[in-house]
Amino acid sequence: MKLTAQYTGTQLLQMYRQMLLIRVFEEKVAEMYTKGHISGFSHLYIGQEAVAVGVASALAGTDYMITAYREHGQAIAKGCDPKEVMAELFGKATGLCGGKGGSMHLFDLEKRFMGGFAIVAGQMPLAVGLGLCASYREEDTVVACLFGDGAVNEGAFHESLNLASLWNLPVIFICENNLYGMGTAVHRATALTHIAGHACAYGIPGLQTDGMDVLAVHETVSRLARNVRDGQGPVLVEALTYRFRGHSMADPLKYRTPQEEEIWKRRDPIPALAEMMSREGLVRSDALTETRQSVEQEVAAAIAFAEESPVPPEQQLMQDIYVPTQFMDSTGALHHQPMSISVDHAPEPEQALARRGETEGRE
Amino acid sequence: MPELAYRDALNQALREEMTRDGRVFIMGEDVAFYEGSYKVTRGLLSEFGPKRVRDTPIAEEVIAGAAIGAAMGGLRPVAEFMTVNFTLLAMDQIVNHAAKIRYMFGGNISVPVVFRTPQGSGKQLGAQHSQQLESWFCHCPGLIVLAPSTPADAKGLLKTAIRDENPILFLENQNLYGIKGEVPENEHLVPIGQANVAREGNDVTLISYSNAFHLALKAAEELAEESISAEVIDLRTLHPLDMETIRRSAAKTHRVVIVSEAWRTGNLAAEIAMRIVESVFDELDAPIRRVTAKDVPMPYSRDLEALALPQVADVIGAVREMV
Repeated sequence: MKLTAQYTGTQLLQMYRQMLLIRVFEEKVAEMYTKGHISGFSHLYIGQEAVAVGVASALAGTDYMITAYREHGQAIAKGCDPKEVMAELFGKATGLCGGKGGSMHLFDLEKRFMGGFAIVAGQMPLAVGLGLCASYREEDTVVACLFGDGAVNEGAFHESLNLASLWNLPVIFICENNLYGMGTAVHRATALTHIAGHACAYGIPGLQTDGMDVLAVHETVSRLARNVRDGQGPVLVEALTYRFRGHSMADPLKYRTPQEEEIWKRRDPIPALAEMMSREGLVRSDALTETRQSVEQEVAAAIAFAEESPVPPEQQLMQDIYVPTQFMDSTGALHHQPMSISVDHAPEPEQALARRGETEGRE
Repeated sequence: MPELAYRDALNQALREEMTRDGRVFIMGEDVAFYEGSYKVTRGLLSEFGPKRVRDTPIAEEVIAGAAIGAAMGGLRPVAEFMTVNFTLLAMDQIVNHAAKIRYMFGGNISVPVVFRTPQGSGKQLGAQHSQQLESWFCHCPGLIVLAPSTPADAKGLLKTAIRDENPILFLENQNLYGIKGEVPENEHLVPIGQANVAREGNDVTLISYSNAFHLALKAAEELAEESISAEVIDLRTLHPLDMETIRRSAAKTHRVVIVSEAWRTGNLAAEIAMRIVESVFDELDAPIRRVTAKDVPMPYSRDLEALALPQVADVIGAVREMV
């Protein structure tokens, strides 16, 4: 089928640019990690770009995305500013979460990117709750819930699919099956390796899509999003994909063969889309070069922004644990919660002495 | 002021808050058609309908998680766990998600969810249905832990909790659902973070909460007959603690006994005692005492169960040794 029938050159180039942006961003993350600018865990998305971009391009801006901890690329695909993502990885005050989240906990309410979560399958019950909001308010919002193949063996996966189906909630569950839960191959961890097939246990549709083909993902999710918006209930999508790097920066990758890696790398979604576009004459010959240049500039700007940004100030440490609350009662009077969330710590000695002065004298 | 049972005070709070705010809804096991295993949600399904009073499968992790997700999306869920024992299946959602979401996302979102659940021992329900886990929750920054002991506080604290922007563990007690007390009608809000000096005294301070508060109160009444004047503090909010009230009382009576039905090791009492020592040590005339449950999985047999739990006589005995 000709691409010209379905997509404009601009649309395709945009998807290409997004995938390339994620790729270059992640390559730089690896470099910055090695140089010591980024610490902690860092799970790179290299190889899986077609999934995030295919999904995000099929969603409306008001749709939610919620995901696990390999989420730098997904955040960028959902519209988060690469500068703020990079600054978060650097642990800077200008990061998406002010440096409090880090690699695994990106979040952007405005972009409806509802977070990266680092407990396998932990985000799935939350996705059900977001779907419940849409259903409760009778909005046509869709929730895209991404997770890895490892999540399928968690109870939360099963509880979430069951409840979403039972309540007919607008959630698209998207499993990025990259064949390994950390170092354990799917067939060594999951009895039914055909993950889409798990859908039948919950009475919902289950589909596989080619996670190395951004257009396949885009088309699958676009179609399902229409159904879900129409009130047809949740679906399970299995995107077959592969991460080109290790589970995290610390992974020596001893559990895969070079042959296997080579087979998947030949299916790299980024050059694949470039070839398709060129073959069908949908992009000018120099457009791809220009795109790469602009992407490299954007990532360089993100690094510069992260490097130049200040670290979070000390007073941020104990901020944002609780919301200091005030509320109005029926008489219109404003009440303050006296806790004000200064979770009590031992007072300074002077304060203790002062307080003692206030109390009655001892008998 | 009308007298209500603790369960009916909770019911009234739910009804009033659901009437006031269309975003408030209830979800949990058997909360709708069955009307709650302790009948706290009686009549709510017929009044508010199945959209706002939702039965769930027996699946605690998704009950907790869906409530958290709904709160992130702007609703005000009140999720019920049938007993505290089942919250253990939802601990990942409560501790790793509800408690941390606001902080790790840089304060860019709040999680206004209330988890209601009864604790309690002493009804011969055996080891897996007789425990108090408040210190588990109090250990986690990001959670607020409430444990009302009277019908009035049950209503007032639940209403405040539903209006609060933070994730809240609202610990009821299976032994208290039937107790009666005066409950203010309509708008009655008890502030979070404020303990109640339920009885004034001069010789010793009894700090307690939930069902154990009634042990402390009973002990204070009996001690009064021996001319020992006990002040009784009902904490109401277990986290964060109202240390102002605790310190003031400790500095006034110079003797403190903490009464709790939870296990001794890692009991919240230890935290309270340490904070008193850190701040008003010089005011104390005797070592702080704890009266707690024994460190044992709860036995079924009535006599053994009674031995495992703190009794009024234990509180009185601890006080007599100090004064």
